[in-house]
Amino acid sequence: MPDATGLELLAQELTESDAASVLGTLYFRDKGTLLVNPATIRETLQLLRAKGYEAMMSVHGVDYYPEEPRLGVHYELLDMNALDRLTVKLRVPLDDPTVPSVTPDWPTANHQEREIYDMFGVIFAGHPDLRRILMPEDYEGHPQRRDFPIGGEPVQFTIDEAEGRSYTR
Amino acid sequence: MSVTPATTASDYRKLEESITMAPLERVEAPEDTSQELLTLNMGPHHPATHGVLRLLITLDGEIVRDLKPIIGYVHTGIEKTAEDKSYWKVIPVIERMDYLAYYFNAMAFCGATETLLEVQVPPRAQYLRVIHMELNRIMSHLVWLGTSALDIGAMSMFWYCFRDRELILDLFEQSSGQRMHTRYFQVGGVIEDVPRGWAEKVREFTRQMPSRVDQYKDLLANNEIVLQRLRGVCPLGEPELLALGVTGPLLRAAGNPWDMRKAMPYSSYEDFDFKIPVGVDGDNWDRFAVRVAEIYESVKIIDQALDGLPEGPWITDDRKVALPPRHELATSMEALIHHFKLVTEGFRVPPGEVYYPIESPRGELGCFVRSDGSSKPARVHMRDPSFVNLQATAPMTEGSYIADLIATLAMLDPVLGGIDR
Repeated sequence: MPDATGLELLAQELTESDAASVLGTLYFRDKGTLLVNPATIRETLQLLRAKGYEAMMSVHGVDYYPEEPRLGVHYELLDMNALDRLTVKLRVPLDDPTVPSVTPDWPTANHQEREIYDMFGVIFAGHPDLRRILMPEDYEGHPQRRDFPIGGEPVQFTIDEAEGRSYTR
Repeated sequence: MSVTPATTASDYRKLEESITMAPLERVEAPEDTSQELLTLNMGPHHPATHGVLRLLITLDGEIVRDLKPIIGYVHTGIEKTAEDKSYWKVIPVIERMDYLAYYFNAMAFCGATETLLEVQVPPRAQYLRVIHMELNRIMSHLVWLGTSALDIGAMSMFWYCFRDRELILDLFEQSSGQRMHTRYFQVGGVIEDVPRGWAEKVREFTRQMPSRVDQYKDLLANNEIVLQRLRGVCPLGEPELLALGVTGPLLRAAGNPWDMRKAMPYSSYEDFDFKIPVGVDGDNWDRFAVRVAEIYESVKIIDQALDGLPEGPWITDDRKVALPPRHELATSMEALIHHFKLVTEGFRVPPGEVYYPIESPRGELGCFVRSDGSSKPARVHMRDPSFVNLQATAPMTEGSYIADLIATLAMLDPVLGGIDR
């Protein structure tokens, strides 16, 4: 695991190539986290890949409601030779939730970015096939957002539909 | 396939009634049919897809040209449900994700929560967790072996494997009262010590398991049909697998010995002496051989863990996290208050975000937990290995026969409960 000093050095190296790329660092429970600029995520991850973080193990979304910017995307990087893990986080506002897709560089992100789009509504620009993956194609809304209510999913029985009744009301 | 949101069920009924049963007009076949591509839908209800997986396959004769997995048929919103429950009530729903690896699901979630809480797990609990997880790994591999052999036509293997799986489920029942989804792992340890006589039962099982696996290998590994169906079929190299994020036995079959138990040990795995089976070619045969060899290694780990099982508590004595022992409730007011607080509200977890990866039977199972300081997690996400590994189906099977697609899917070992969550 990179210690707190190693994390700062890594952040410094990234800032040297692009001053606006790193927005902050966090060292929490023996693990380093880089908070990065969403616009240059592809370049940042490529630089980290050159540093040895060659495997992307997970991409997942977070909703920071009620904080702004609300939506977050996390990338879990792994260096199999140095036995080292690093989290890269970015945050985008709800009114412009666009993040460059990293699928062209990391094919593993394909399904995972689709899941984040499905569950949180983050738009991944440049994704080859950005469709819903777990929810039905005609589903409205993004269910993992914190302000999306739990339960109350209407069940479409033909008889209710014909008589103008709804399952939940 | 395109259903507009405005379509209601009654519209659908009208559409159905409008369909005529009159014979279709014959269409003349084109002159040259050799280049014709056929799109075939396989699943979601197909016995060889190991669950409700749907595949949209483009076929050129018998050869797979393109393949699209379509998932989501058993999506039950477990991650969303978990946000509405206090931490200790999340464990039972989390266990139901990958229904063949329930101890691993619980371990990943408890590990993440323990990291956030900075709770120390007593050594006895760590060893008990290892024993249960390795029994679970054998159980998961037995289900895989039985159903995979069934897919390529070996009916009797299914019964043999399920016979041995029953022995493991009986052990789980004895230690926790449940056969599946046992809720045995708790934040801070395990719920109860194993009952008297359990260790002997496990030893009896580990004594006979290696010879059983020998028998299965004799039955399959020298079988001409199995060899022809698996050897050299649908290989995929290590760089491609790594780029696709594939982990677990599939990656080890291609020669990369990445195993979290060895590389970044958790829950005292560093105490045990075991080997990591690796393959050479990364074909279906290697995927088969690696998993079968892993059963022997798991048996070795269980034996060592039983030998070295430390005495002591099986759950942390931090009363803010773990329930007080039953006998204290009658005598101690404080214990009663702690019990009441834990059962009604649950424990509060300091704010933060943690990703806790472990080695499940199918690869890296990571649990991401975000806490906002309350007694309910603000976000729970499972990086399920089946979900990520499924992306390798298309590159593995492109250009191969459709019959080999079935064998490859079996060797991929996807569990749809984990994929859809």
